[in-house]
Amino acid sequence: MSPASAWATAFRVFAQLRRDPRTIALLIVVPAALVVLLKYMFVGSPGVFDRIGVPLLGLFPFITMFLVTSITMLRERTSGTLERLMAMPMEKLDLLVGYGIAFAAVAAVQAVVVSFVAFGLLDLHTAGPRWLVVVLAVLNAVLGMALGLFLSAFARTEFQAVQFLPAFVFPQLLLCGLLVPRDEMARALEIASYLMPLTYAYNALQRVGADLIDARLAGDIALIVALTVLALGLGAVTLRRQTP
Amino acid sequence: MPDEPAVVSQGLHVIRGGRPALNDLSATVKAGVVTGLLGPSGSGKSTLIRSIVGVQVITSGALRVFGLEAGSSALRSRIGYMTQAPSVYSDLSVRENLVYFARVLRAPGERVDELIEAVGLEQERDRIVDRLSGGQRARVSLATALVGRPELLVLDEPTVGLDPVLRRDLWQMFERLASEGTTLLVSSHVMDEARHCAEIMLLYDGRLLATGTPDDLLRRTGAEDLEDGFLRLVEEARA
Repeated sequence: MSPASAWATAFRVFAQLRRDPRTIALLIVVPAALVVLLKYMFVGSPGVFDRIGVPLLGLFPFITMFLVTSITMLRERTSGTLERLMAMPMEKLDLLVGYGIAFAAVAAVQAVVVSFVAFGLLDLHTAGPRWLVVVLAVLNAVLGMALGLFLSAFARTEFQAVQFLPAFVFPQLLLCGLLVPRDEMARALEIASYLMPLTYAYNALQRVGADLIDARLAGDIALIVALTVLALGLGAVTLRRQTP
Repeated sequence: MPDEPAVVSQGLHVIRGGRPALNDLSATVKAGVVTGLLGPSGSGKSTLIRSIVGVQVITSGALRVFGLEAGSSALRSRIGYMTQAPSVYSDLSVRENLVYFARVLRAPGERVDELIEAVGLEQERDRIVDRLSGGQRARVSLATALVGRPELLVLDEPTVGLDPVLRRDLWQMFERLASEGTTLLVSSHVMDEARHCAEIMLLYDGRLLATGTPDDLLRRTGAEDLEDGFLRLVEEARA
């Protein structure tokens, strides 16, 4: 590990994002706009907004960071810059950690803005502490980023990488418990949901929403962190220094 | 030892993309001079270059750079590599690109401005690479390869698509770097470029056809120019 290379990479990714204000706007504005949409969709049944608002707040960053990182990493592979970095004294983990720092920071801004809109302007209620929702949103963003980095190795084109969203993220969203309690699904799907990282992200958010700050919440958070580390490790394995 | 070659390959075989790309290649690259790696497209030039810089899986045979096995981590800070396509970040400015690579290579900050001048991009310093011409982009990529003051500079077709003035300037720069002690391996599919090189290696179909100075090649083949000499060697090899 070399913190200098990781920080250099983080600043480089920031600089790239800064050159692309439209993407930044989309990253910040779209989730906020979707929360507004939700609020007025369920204007006739306000309990629903409170029930799904908190989990969605924490899951948006997962989805956006998954997509943004898988495309950024794919570009790094196809443009030849990855090959160049791999010929330099750059540790693979430094590269991944650099990405992690940059996108976690973006996710933090995203989570704070969306939380402000939801709690401050749209009167979203949560029994648990709001700051913990923001912390979970950032953790989920880093998890989404790590999975995006890993899965980008399996895409050859940006078209394919974009398709990983419906292929890989949508099933997790459907099965994580957000739409239907998991124990009401077919048994096979319930078992499958245990294998999906987003399930634990949703569990944690739901517990914070209900102010259940307990050992199970700590367990879910520990799992999110462990899965992030695992995905980063797998991502490092897919970064081959030598290719055939 | 000044006579120690920078690169030595012995019986090098490389399969790239399922096809044999290098076949029993034994060759040396002399230290401190410009060696031209010549041959038509698909002859294995890029594969040899990728093998030397350590990003290519070698099937069999030996390849040593400065006495170390190619791909050793200790070599990564000693080799500068310019890929065939300009592999720099197209959404960053010239300066931002070089600053990033300088940080990765632990090069001092002054090096960045020094290099921008060396490749003649002072006017483009803060322009986004995407907005530059092909030749300017190639020069950003070249500057990136020079950031770490490498002992061995490996350049994959650095002059392709550049105008004659720029090509001449680059070759002058390569010769200057060599006179300062850097070893250069420069690939090209334009045989005429060989005249700038102290040594040449001719590759054809993954095999080494000939090595030596450009004059050696002309004498051996009795050809008028290097292109003609190369064609005669190819005919000889085919026969």
